[in-house]
Amino acid sequence: MADAVIHTENLTRKFGAFTAVDAISFSIGRGEIFGFLGANGAGKTTAMKMLTGLLRPTSGSASVAGFDVRSEPEKIKQNIGYMSQRFSLYEDLSPKENIRFWGGIYGLDRKTLREKSARLLEALDLQEAADTRLSSLPLGWKQKLAFSVAQLHEPKIVFLDEPTGGVDPVTRRRFWDMIYETADNGITVFVTTHYMDEAEYCDRISIMVDGRMAAIGTPDALKDEFGVSSIDDLFIRLVRPTPIE
Amino acid sequence: MIAPSAVRIAEVGKSFGAVKALGRVDLDIPQGELFGCIGADGAGKTTLFRIICTLLLPDRGRAEVLGFDSVSDFREIRRRLGYMPGRFSLYQDLSVEENLRFFAAVFGTTVGENYDLIKDIYTQLEPFRERRAGKLSGGMKQKLALCCALVHRPELLVLDEPTTGVDAVSRREFWQMLKRLKAEGITILVSTPYMDEAVLCDRIAFLQKGSVLGVDTPCGITGLFTRPLYAVRARQKYRLITALRRYPHAASAYAFGGSVHYSDKRPAADLRDLLAWLDASGLEDAGITQIEPGIEDAFMALMELQGETGTEGADG
Repeated sequence: MADAVIHTENLTRKFGAFTAVDAISFSIGRGEIFGFLGANGAGKTTAMKMLTGLLRPTSGSASVAGFDVRSEPEKIKQNIGYMSQRFSLYEDLSPKENIRFWGGIYGLDRKTLREKSARLLEALDLQEAADTRLSSLPLGWKQKLAFSVAQLHEPKIVFLDEPTGGVDPVTRRRFWDMIYETADNGITVFVTTHYMDEAEYCDRISIMVDGRMAAIGTPDALKDEFGVSSIDDLFIRLVRPTPIE
Repeated sequence: MIAPSAVRIAEVGKSFGAVKALGRVDLDIPQGELFGCIGADGAGKTTLFRIICTLLLPDRGRAEVLGFDSVSDFREIRRRLGYMPGRFSLYQDLSVEENLRFFAAVFGTTVGENYDLIKDIYTQLEPFRERRAGKLSGGMKQKLALCCALVHRPELLVLDEPTTGVDAVSRREFWQMLKRLKAEGITILVSTPYMDEAVLCDRIAFLQKGSVLGVDTPCGITGLFTRPLYAVRARQKYRLITALRRYPHAASAYAFGGSVHYSDKRPAADLRDLLAWLDASGLEDAGITQIEPGIEDAFMALMELQGETGTEGADG
């Protein structure tokens, strides 16, 4: 892939005798929506920590947004966006304060920040709630705000860790509208989810099983390859080849 | 309804300060039913469950659980009830086995006495018997929590979002377990944000912003969707969704797995016209098939009907 935003080769992480991520190799292109799937404990979190510069690989290599995860982890942190359900915004701050805070962290100058803040609050229809404490806003609003804040510094790639957990089906789909829009603007989206229907919204997906990549490709190609009718069935087949019972 | 009620909720309301968690909820759950509460975060599911579990007092109305009043007879209820809260609430520093023994002891029983009930689940945990609960994977924690909620053989099992954050395989296994417990005669009240799990319940209540929008069998809820529904496919999904929403006759267009579910404002859509519209939008490969609505389609239509979509409000 010529303009790969993520490229890994045999990326591996061991904890003692346990291999959490076992020599995974893949590339993700510009503007691609990549779904990163796997069972609980398959190694997704460990892999994501390496890709976001938070954890050093034991062996293998990876570059993210043009930087090496081993030698330039700080550069990576400055050039990626990250959002998860558990860790994103400060509940005691208002939307406006959150934007200012994160803009400061990302090193935006005062003028840029002011402009961006106004534009963002307008785009999200949050002007009236701009000074309300976040804790009193609906979860759907917070998730959209968190997603936008993760892009304040115009990263090449945004990591979304189960971004849509716990919201209603309409809000969940609105969130995906935002993901599509972001990808349409050339930003790569790396997303994990337990909703298998969301896997089908991705351009490509991978399924991790026991630290390895058991499958990678477009949802349609994978369904053809494994002869299944849905990603849900594919997931079950790969993760639990012989059903308990 | 022939079976006596396991849970009867009448005009129950609950507020926390200025926040109204439950408006005015009525529910009747007969014994032996597998009853699902579906709704997003903040819909009031947890508040409702805590009232049923006698952990919260309602501001008004009355909750009767297994024939006992939730306020005056809370002790009777607690002995007969198994509760698995949404947040993992076992002792992280105790091992799997110690947790189970502890919960058995609290209810004045032993693990051996009701082992047949938890055997299926516990055998999967057995390899990790001596591991601390805090060190278990998500799926295993959930199984242990279920064992601990079952160890005293409750008449009513209340499960608050047991499958949130759990992968698709573990979720499927978890529902197989619930089916078996139902066969043992245990009434089960379960909440979930996953619409595909709603289909697996005998009846479901759909909660939104502290109110029950509907109570019915999965079939009955699906029947609320009356418009013809179409699955539209094209390679460029984002473009497809936007094109469908711009189509003048569109009632709704939502992504659903590999396709977009589209419904038309007219009694029957003019598919040839729609295809021409999509073609003109650069979607020459679009294909349309009419489909039966699923439970999620019905819920979303129900939400639209109520003008309740979670993110709306500021523009209303």
